[in-house]
Amino acid sequence: MAFQILLNVIIAVTWMFLSVSFQPTTFIIGYLLGLFMLFLLRKSFSTRFYLGLVWAVIKLLILFLKELTLSNISVLLLIVKPKMPIRPAIFAMPTVLEKDWEITLLSSLITLTPGTIVLDISDDNKTLYIHSIDFDNVDEAINSIRDTFEKAILEVSRS
Amino acid sequence: MTVIANILIVATISFGTIFVLVTAIGLIRLPDAYSRAHAASKSATLGVMSILLGVFFHFWLNEGYFNSRILLGIVFLFVTGPVGGHMMGRAAYLSGVKMWDKSVRDDLAEVVKKKREQKK
Repeated sequence: MAFQILLNVIIAVTWMFLSVSFQPTTFIIGYLLGLFMLFLLRKSFSTRFYLGLVWAVIKLLILFLKELTLSNISVLLLIVKPKMPIRPAIFAMPTVLEKDWEITLLSSLITLTPGTIVLDISDDNKTLYIHSIDFDNVDEAINSIRDTFEKAILEVSRS
Repeated sequence: MTVIANILIVATISFGTIFVLVTAIGLIRLPDAYSRAHAASKSATLGVMSILLGVFFHFWLNEGYFNSRILLGIVFLFVTGPVGGHMMGRAAYLSGVKMWDKSVRDDLAEVVKKKREQKK
C-alpha cells in the first residue's frame, strides 16, 4: 500500500523532470497521471489499488461522524426525560478483529456511539465487555455493531 | 456571505453549548458512575468539538485568519475523548464501584472474579 503511494510520487517527480517545470501544479498533474497508470497496472500489485483504501477510510469517517451525532441526540433525550427510563447492563461481545489497532479503533467507535461504552477487553483480544445505558436485547445490539463498524473496519484492513 | 457565515457560527456554537449543558445535567441526574461516564465522554466531546469548530469558522470567515491549531485541537479531542471515558469506566469497575441496583445484566463480573481467584 505504502509502496504504491511512493511509486505514485516518483512518477509525479519524473513528470516534473520530463516537463522541466518545478511548480506544484506540474506535480499535481504528474500525480494524477501516475494515479491513472497505477490504475491500469493494478493487477500487477499484490495489494489492492490504494484509492480503494482511501475511499474505505472516508466512508468510515463519515459513519463515525453520523453515529456520534445520533448518539448524542439519543443521550440528550434520555437525560431530559423526567422519569429516566434507563436499564444499564454489561454484556460481552465477541469480535472477529485480530490486530491491535483494529480493536482500538472498534472500541473508540463503540464508545462514541449510542449508549455504549467499552469497559474491558479480554486478555486474548476476542471479547469486548460493553456497558450499555439502555439495554433491550443483546443480539440486536451486537448485530448492529457488527453490521456497521466491524464491517467498515474489515473493509479498511483487507489488503 | 457574512449572513451565511454568521448563521453557521451561531448554529455550531449554540449546538455545542447545548450539549455541554446537557452533559452537566446528565452528570447530576444519572444514577451511577458508568452511566455518568456515558454523558461525560460523548456529549462533552461533541459539544467542545462543535464550539471549537464555531470559533474556527468565526476567525476564518469573518477575520480572514486560518488557524490550523483549532483543527488539530478538534482531532486530538476526537481521539482522546473516548479513551478517557473507557479508562475511567474500567478503573471504576476494577476498583469495585457498584453498578446501579436496577442494572439488568453483568457479564464482566464472573471474569473479574475468576481472575482475582487465580491471582490468590
